[in-house]
Amino acid sequence: MIQRETLTINMGPQHPSTHGVLRLVLELEGEVVVSCRPVIGYLHTGIEKEMEHRTYHQNITLVDRIEYLSSYHEEFAYCLAVEKLLGIEVPKRAQYIRVILAELNRISSHLVWLGTSALDLNVTSLLMYCFRDREEILELSEMVSGQRMMPGYFRIGGVQQDLPEEFFPRVRRFLDEFPRRLDEYEVLLTDNLVWRQRNEGVAVLRREDALRYGVTGPVLRASGVPYDVRKAFPYSSYEDFEFDIPVGEHGDAYDRYRVRMEEMRQARRIVLQALDRLPDGPVLVEDRKVALPPRRELVRSMEAVIHQFKLVSEGIHPPKGEVYAAVESPRGEKGYYLVSDGSNRPVRVRVRSPSFSNLQALPVMVQGGMLADVVVAIASIDIVLGDVDR
Amino acid sequence: MAREADLSPVQAFLQERLGEGVLEVHRFRGDATVLVQPDRLLEALSAVKEDPWRFEMLTDLTAWDRYPTEPRFEVVYHLLSLSRRERLRLKTRVPSSDPVLPTAIPLFAGANWFEREVWDLFGIRFAGHPDLTRILLPDDWEGHPLRRDYPLTEEPVEFRGYTPKVPSQTIPHVPPHRREDP
Repeated sequence: MIQRETLTINMGPQHPSTHGVLRLVLELEGEVVVSCRPVIGYLHTGIEKEMEHRTYHQNITLVDRIEYLSSYHEEFAYCLAVEKLLGIEVPKRAQYIRVILAELNRISSHLVWLGTSALDLNVTSLLMYCFRDREEILELSEMVSGQRMMPGYFRIGGVQQDLPEEFFPRVRRFLDEFPRRLDEYEVLLTDNLVWRQRNEGVAVLRREDALRYGVTGPVLRASGVPYDVRKAFPYSSYEDFEFDIPVGEHGDAYDRYRVRMEEMRQARRIVLQALDRLPDGPVLVEDRKVALPPRRELVRSMEAVIHQFKLVSEGIHPPKGEVYAAVESPRGEKGYYLVSDGSNRPVRVRVRSPSFSNLQALPVMVQGGMLADVVVAIASIDIVLGDVDR
Repeated sequence: MAREADLSPVQAFLQERLGEGVLEVHRFRGDATVLVQPDRLLEALSAVKEDPWRFEMLTDLTAWDRYPTEPRFEVVYHLLSLSRRERLRLKTRVPSSDPVLPTAIPLFAGANWFEREVWDLFGIRFAGHPDLTRILLPDDWEGHPLRRDYPLTEEPVEFRGYTPKVPSQTIPHVPPHRREDP
């Protein structure tokens, strides 16, 4: 008599291909996945709770740590939410600077994804190339903010300081070189037989399932839904730039790969446009109740000293109310929901993280597939566990 | 609260459809918000999911604690309509004595993890949820940390020579001189 039994195995939380501390409880029949249950929370840090006890400015340091691969987007979304609550308009130059850094950050985040997901399928050399290019962006970030990761560069009402002179030739040199390098990587992968066999038709997420699970970002677009926050709800002058939204057809891992590769090219296009049309002017709002006075005023003006003191010790007092603001991060819709009661600390800061929703759709992608394809599925949704667990 | 007078069409529709079920409607900084009674929540969610509104995506589901006001918890549903490029915030309130809401999983499969998170961090139950267990915290955790009466404390550290500081109490959120009596 032949018995059919399923085998339950545990993948993670310490596993090289889970891209962090993700645990999957997999039920297998032979090599076929019958069910998959993700277990998360290993990286939960309680940032949302912590933020209720800090002033609005102090929280910028905390939000950087949530999604560490795209900190600029994290700050971006948080600052947009506070600015919406305050009802202030950021100077045009600051908006452009934010776009430049956010798009560079998108490229660097996608490069990490490309390198690590290729590594999962044993294309080991690509990781080195991707990190070489990412290093350039990290150095640009250091030039601008003093930090390679977790920059703390955006301020409520603008950015901390203007871009340095030496930033411009350096970023142009990188952007001139970048398409050629991207072509090289595509030569390695796009028509590579092994790469196609391992990715095509694997981890399929149909359009309806993507919508049911609230999936956003490249994963949603690869399933054929052209939703991008930058186009649907333009923020920070994104309506000034020309760029395309790449969309896939089949919703498989290969489409996600194609979408992200094209997004890197589009991000470069946006940065070039923003550099060409970068307007002159201040990079921080003039409102002294919101933004710190410049250093040079402190030695001459008593008002500046008082404002500085009030902002540092007490912080800003936004009006009572609730807002939701979102940006398109490399992983999808990154949103902040803020509730204010008129005091200097938020009552509630909710971080709507794209990785959380995207990961929830993982069981749909892997059910009925092979065990080896689970690795591909995880890589193709590009989760950051810090973002999932917050 | 600064309010913009004109309501969006979907807000007007919900007001007409639910009548008494809608407790409050406002637009603050352009965000359309509708507060409904808990027993009419599913009706509201499914009404706006249909044509012509098509709010077919649940972007976010969360809650916040209005302590010490009652009903204490406000549960917030952020909906997105891809075809209309519009967002809608549906809210409802539940009391601390019996914080239960019906689950939204039949309408939006993605509500599953969100509801587990709200249960985990706020202790609000969702009736009909197939697997309402803790999601971010360990299974044996006591209490629900995002409640405002849950103090922010220091974690014990097992190093020799470490003298623990006094656990930080909940920092009073509104200083007394700024507090408005409800």
